[in-house]
Order: sequence, then C-alpha cells, then structure tokens
Amino acid sequence: MDFASFLIQTLNSLQYGLLLFLVASGLTLVFGIMGIINLAHGSFYMVGAYLAFVLSSATGSLVMAIVLGIPLALVFGAILEWALFSHLYKRDHLEQVLLTYGLILIFEQLRSLLVGDDVHGVAIPAFLDASIQLTEVMSYPVYRLAISAVCVALAVALYYVIQRTRLGMMIRAGNDDRSMVESLGINIDMIYRVVFALGVALAALAGMLAAPISSVFPNMGSHVLIISFVIVVIGGIGSVWGALVAALIVGFADTFGKVLIPELSGIVVYVVMAVVLLWRPEGILKKG
Amino acid sequence: MNAHASLLPKLIAVAIIACVPLSGESFYIEIVGKVLVMAIFAMSLDLLVGFTGLVSFGHAAYFGIAAYAVALLSPQYDAASLWVVLPASIALSALAAFVVGLFVLRTKGIYFIMVTLAFAQMAYFIFHDTPLGGGSDGMYLDNKPSAAIFGWEPFELTNEVHLFYFILAMMVLVYLFLARLLQSPFGRVLVGIKSNEHRMQSLGYFTFRYKLGAFTLAGALGGLAGFLYAVLFGFVTPELLSWHESGNVLLMVILGGMGNLAGAVAGAFAFEAMREIFADITKYWQLLMGGVIVAVVLFLPGGLAGVPGRIKRALQGGEAK
Repeated sequence: MDFASFLIQTLNSLQYGLLLFLVASGLTLVFGIMGIINLAHGSFYMVGAYLAFVLSSATGSLVMAIVLGIPLALVFGAILEWALFSHLYKRDHLEQVLLTYGLILIFEQLRSLLVGDDVHGVAIPAFLDASIQLTEVMSYPVYRLAISAVCVALAVALYYVIQRTRLGMMIRAGNDDRSMVESLGINIDMIYRVVFALGVALAALAGMLAAPISSVFPNMGSHVLIISFVIVVIGGIGSVWGALVAALIVGFADTFGKVLIPELSGIVVYVVMAVVLLWRPEGILKKG
Repeated sequence: MNAHASLLPKLIAVAIIACVPLSGESFYIEIVGKVLVMAIFAMSLDLLVGFTGLVSFGHAAYFGIAAYAVALLSPQYDAASLWVVLPASIALSALAAFVVGLFVLRTKGIYFIMVTLAFAQMAYFIFHDTPLGGGSDGMYLDNKPSAAIFGWEPFELTNEVHLFYFILAMMVLVYLFLARLLQSPFGRVLVGIKSNEHRMQSLGYFTFRYKLGAFTLAGALGGLAGFLYAVLFGFVTPELLSWHESGNVLLMVILGGMGNLAGAVAGAFAFEAMREIFADITKYWQLLMGGVIVAVVLFLPGGLAGVPGRIKRALQGGEAK
C-alpha cells in the first residue's frame, strides 16, 4: 500500500468512524441514562436518510433538507419518547428489545408504504461536489471531508453541552443516579425526553449526511444498528467518549479490514469487539 | 409443578397435530412442520431466557450453523446417512455455542444481550461473505439424508409425511427431555441462577459451569431445529443466522410466556399463525406484526401464557395486574 492510498483509507476510516459516532452517541446516552436497549435506533438513521431524499427532492438542496430535517427528527424523537419509550423505563431489557424490534418492523413497512422499496440517490450539494487531487490517478472527495468536519464540530459541541452546561450536568447526574437527581427537584422526565430526542436527531443527521455516499435503500438502518451496538459495547455503556474512541477503532478496523482481508472484512469488527471484551468486560471506558 | 394435571391438554394437542398429514395437503404439512421446527427452536431458547435468565439475542447462529452443516456435509449426488449428519450437525452447533459461551458468559445484562448478538453477526458474515456456503445466495441440500441402517430403511425423509412425523417425534422428545432436565439437580441449579446467582455461588455452585452447560445444550437443541429446517426446505441461506431470526424466536418465547416449555411451543404456533394470517390479509403484514408486538409488550406482560390467569383474576373481581 503506497502512501496516497494509505492516506485515502485513513481519511475514509475517520469519516466512517465519526459518522458512526453520531449514531452511537445517542444510543449510548439512551442506554446509560435511561437503561433502555433501543433496537429501533438504526431506524432513526434510516428515517434521516429518507428525509434527506424526500426533502432534497422537494427543495432541491441537501443543505435545506438537513435544516428542515433536524427539527422534524427532534419532534419525532420527543413524540416517540412520550408515547412509547417513557413506558419502558421500569420494564426489563427483554421487553425493551421486543417493543423496539416491533418498531423496526413498523418503521420499515411505513417506509415501504410511503417511499417504496427502490434504491434512491441523493445529490451532493454543488459547492461540495469536488475532489482534491492527491496523485495523478488518486483524488479525495471534498464531501467526505465535509462530513468529517461536521462530525468533529458536533463532537466538540456535544462535549461542551455535556461537560460545561447545566443541562449536561443534569444529564451526567441522571446517568449516575436517577432517584438522587429526582429528589433534588430536577424534572428527570424532561431530561429523558431531551436526551432521547437529541439521540434521534443525531442518528437522523448521520443518515442525512451519509445519504449521498451510500444512497438510500430498504433496511439500511439494520447494519448501522448492529455496528453501533458493537461501538457502545466496546466503548462502555453510557460513555460518550468511550463511544468516540470505539467508533474510531471500528471505523479503522472496518475500512482497513476491507482493503487488507476483503473476504473476512465482515467479521473483523466483531473480532475486535471480542478481544476488547476479553481485556475489559465492561468496555474501554466505564460509564461516566 | 403439577405436570400430570396438565398432561391431558398436551396429549390432545399432539394428537391433533398428528392428524395434519391426514389432510393430504402438502401446504399444511409443510407449514405445520415448520411450526414444529420453530417450536423446538423456541424451547431451546427458553432454556436460556426463561429458565436460566440469560437473554441471548444471537440464538439463530446455532440454528444456522447446523442447517449449513447438513448442506455442507451432504455429498452432491448422494444422500448422506441421517445417523451421521444429524449428530454431526448438532455437535457443530454445540461446539460453536460452547466456544461462544466461554466469551459471552463473562458478561451480564445488557452486555450479554449485545455480545451474543455480535457473535451471531460474526457467524452470519462468515456465511454471507465467504464462498464456504455459497455466499449470500446460500446453498441447496440436493439430497435429504437417508435413514438407512445397514440397508434397512425404517422411514424416508424424502417422504413428506414421514418427515412430518419425524419432526413431530423430535419435538415431543425435546419437550420431554427438557421437562425432565428441569426437574433434575442440574435444572434446579439453572432456575436458582435465574432467581439469584450470588446465592447459588455462595451455596458453593460454580455457576459459570452450569451456565456454560445450559448455553451449550441450548445451542445443540437449536442446532437440531436448524438441521430439521434444512431437511424440510432443502436449502439454506445466511438469513437463517440473521438477527431478525434471533428476534423472531425471542418473540415466540415471550409470546408464550417465558419459563414455560409448553408456552414456547404455543408461542411458536401463535407467531407463525400471525405471520401467515397477516400475510394473507395484506402485503403490509409487518405493520400488523409490529403493532401486535408493541401492543403485547405494553398491555400483556407475561405473554399469552399469562392470559388465562388474568381472565381468572378479572372474573374473581381482583385487579388484573
């Protein structure tokens, strides 16, 4: 592997890992704070991608689609939390698995009813539709760099919100001890709703950003869901920073796995997970 | 457990199922055969989820491994011997479960659910991405195994009625085996682990060994179901190992009410019946299925098996909770 292709794969790994971080961060927060296994989290990614397709077809611009799509995703998340997930907090994991599994079926079928089962492409915004020439034959698309930049900006913003704001303080406290937070007079139900809606919006945004690269297609959420689970487990449930580290590990393992051992690329990520769990059964970073 | 009191309804149920081939309709024979296979699969998972308290979300892996084993072990132009491929397929699933169990049983709770899922995905991708079993297309089982012993053939699996009764017999055997096992000291320890693992440890039990034993056995019985599935349908695809299958079988166990072997069988019947009926009504059957699942979780904790108790309590005027 020469330097230029190494560079390209490294950039791809970063971009993929950072995108997965957007999905996994919401998943790990919902796990850590509310103790909920949400199998439908991958569907939010799918919903985001289809929103990008539908809205960008309607408005003619992916940027407009994202601007309109994020508030929609937030509202969608808040409604779901209110209608369904708020009933699950005290149930056991098995029932959470089931209910959210049922939701996947519903979301996929609704998607099929509303948009159909065809694969659709989404156009890259014109101002990002360019490539940087690396060598005579190899170039790197600007759009992928833009995705990485957006993800880094969001990770920084998330760090700021969680570590430096009052809301973040309440989220962290809720992560540690729900009843203590409640007894201090903080409306934990509202915190839950905000965190859940935020997680939905992050996953949907990941789907919107990925839409031009991967196209939109049926069941696109399910692969992302499973990979995000792996990331959450590797990173340690409830740990946003663990999820970031784990997402990057997974991004690199998957991308380089595809290049170096294409036949076994599917299992590389799971082998990494097994090794990490043998080393640290509770993930790289513990909840906190 | 008052096993004898509830024996009669079970016998009647088996007798009714045994009459299905009399209809002479291949469609019904195959569909009920499939349900019976799924019932074995659901019972094997119930051993983990309902009795030992281990929520495995990757049980389809052991189903699929045995199904692929039959297809791979059968020669292309000749029938393999049932008495070789059946134990071999089950042994492979058991071995896989044993190895995976060594890893996953170190974890608990949410981690356990997700790690079992991840290992199942690993198995899925091995069959999906490598040419070993025909890649994503899967492969055909061209010749069903032969039951011949030294030239004498007691039954033929190529005959749909013989195959049906073979599957039914297997299901009854698995039921009796598990019911007996759960009465044994080993089964008692498993139930004890479910209610309080620390207590069992302080009583001096090496709970890890018992859990590993249960995990391996569940894998083996799941393998038996996978073997029968491959023989029944004559082809295998990676989708047999997919997490949707793991989800479906979990659903059967829950529908039937966990920790209830007959319930697991009933759950398998209910699940497949719903799937058939909904698919008959509309091509958007997943919407109805999803709705039913959500409704069961929200309004029927305890599954179908909890329904008679709820009705009884409601009639007695108590709170139906």
